[in-house]
Order: sequence, then structure tokens, then C-alpha cells
Amino acid sequence: MKINVRDTEDGLVIQLSGELDHHAAKNALKEIADATEELVPTICTLDMSEVTFMDSSGIAVVLGLYRKMSEVGGKVIVKNAPPGAMKVFNTAGLERIVTFE
Amino acid sequence: MSKDKRCPVNEMKLEFPGRSINEGFARAAIAGFAAQLDPTLDEINDIKTAVSEAVTNSIVHAYPDKIGRVMLRGRIFEDGVLEITVKDWGIGIEDVRKARAPMFTTGNEERSGMGFTIMESFMDKLYVRSKVGKGTTVRMLKRIAPRNTAR
Repeated sequence: MKINVRDTEDGLVIQLSGELDHHAAKNALKEIADATEELVPTICTLDMSEVTFMDSSGIAVVLGLYRKMSEVGGKVIVKNAPPGAMKVFNTAGLERIVTFE
Repeated sequence: MSKDKRCPVNEMKLEFPGRSINEGFARAAIAGFAAQLDPTLDEINDIKTAVSEAVTNSIVHAYPDKIGRVMLRGRIFEDGVLEITVKDWGIGIEDVRKARAPMFTTGNEERSGMGFTIMESFMDKLYVRSKVGKGTTVRMLKRIAPRNTAR
């Protein structure tokens, strides 16, 4: 899994590419924590357009980001999640706390 | 756990060490095996996700302090039913009913506690048998309907 972090005018954009499973989640959580702590954004967008597979580890990653952003009153947007990932998010009811675009 | 006494039309069995890199291997292996049922992309994704959850559970929870063995078996029956078994010889689950409840986890922040819930909703049937100190067997069934009939 590749993780690309960009500090943009519209807030922090984290682009994930590849397979998001338990094997990849630990590193993803660490990079997300590092980026949010350093930049303290008010909006963080998780771009999932290049995610080719995701299991429940993706729920943990989004919840981890949500917790980090909540600490500073920030907002999380999950963008372009593929249908398979969306099905996993919906099973967990994540649409109740995170904005999906 | 109900045993399927019928004769499978095809079968495969794999055993690998419970290293997290093998989660992707297990998904690729089951996708390759299930391909002969001509599943849709959505069905293949459901199967890969369920196997990923079961194998990750074995790797993370069955063997908290060591790398143990994980077995993955796939069987196909005449009526298009795919049976998947994931077995480990780890510490076992004390209370299976509690473990199957959504959001329950004994893991750390990388785990969401949604593994069994996803296996249950992405497959048709889920059976979990576990014995403390002996290990856990997860058996899942999903029927793949032929594509030329009503879908």
C-alpha cells in the first residue's frame, strides 16, 4: 500500500493506493497520525480512488483518522471509495460519523 | 458445526505461517480457486473480504505472541456452493457468541471488531467452532448462481 500526503488549500489530502488490509493498516495509521499531528488540519480528505481492496482494517484506519481529527475539532471526508470498500464501511455504519463523497 | 457429507467436485488446501504478508496471498489463492464458478466481481470481492477477515483473525488473535500455522481450504459442490474453511491451532476463543458481536475486539487500534460481522454479512452462512488452547475453525458458505439463469 502506498500513502501519499499532500497539504493543500482545501486541507490535508491523504491518498491511499493498493490493498488496505491488516498488513498495511499499521503503517497507514502511523503515517496518518504523523501527518495530522504535524499539520493540524481542519479538514482531512482520505482519497481512496486507488484502493484495490479493503477489509475491516479500513474501518480501523478511518476511525483512527476520525479520532485524531476530533481532538482538534476537524472534519474527515472519505472520497471516491470503491464499491467493495463502501460495502465494508456501510456494514460498520461509518456513514453516521464520516462524510463520504 | 454441520459437516457437508456430500462429495465436492473440486477441492484445494493450503497451509502457511501466520505472517501478515500472507493475508494478501490467502485472498489471491481463494479468488483463483473460486474463479471456476464464474462469480461476478462483487461476489469475488465478498469472498476475498471474508477470507481476509478470517485469516487476519488467526494471525492476530490466535497467535498473539508467535507465528503459528494457518490452514485455508476451499471446496466446491455441484450446486455451486463454495465452502471455505480457515483453521488455526492457536489460543482459541473463550466466548464465540461475544466474539461474533459487532465492535467486540481484544485487539489494538488496528482492529475494528467488525471481522465476524463482515464474514456473516458477505457470505451466506458462517460457522465458528473454537476450543480454548486448541484452536479455531471458521467455516463459511456462499452459493454462486450460474450467470446464464435469472440473476
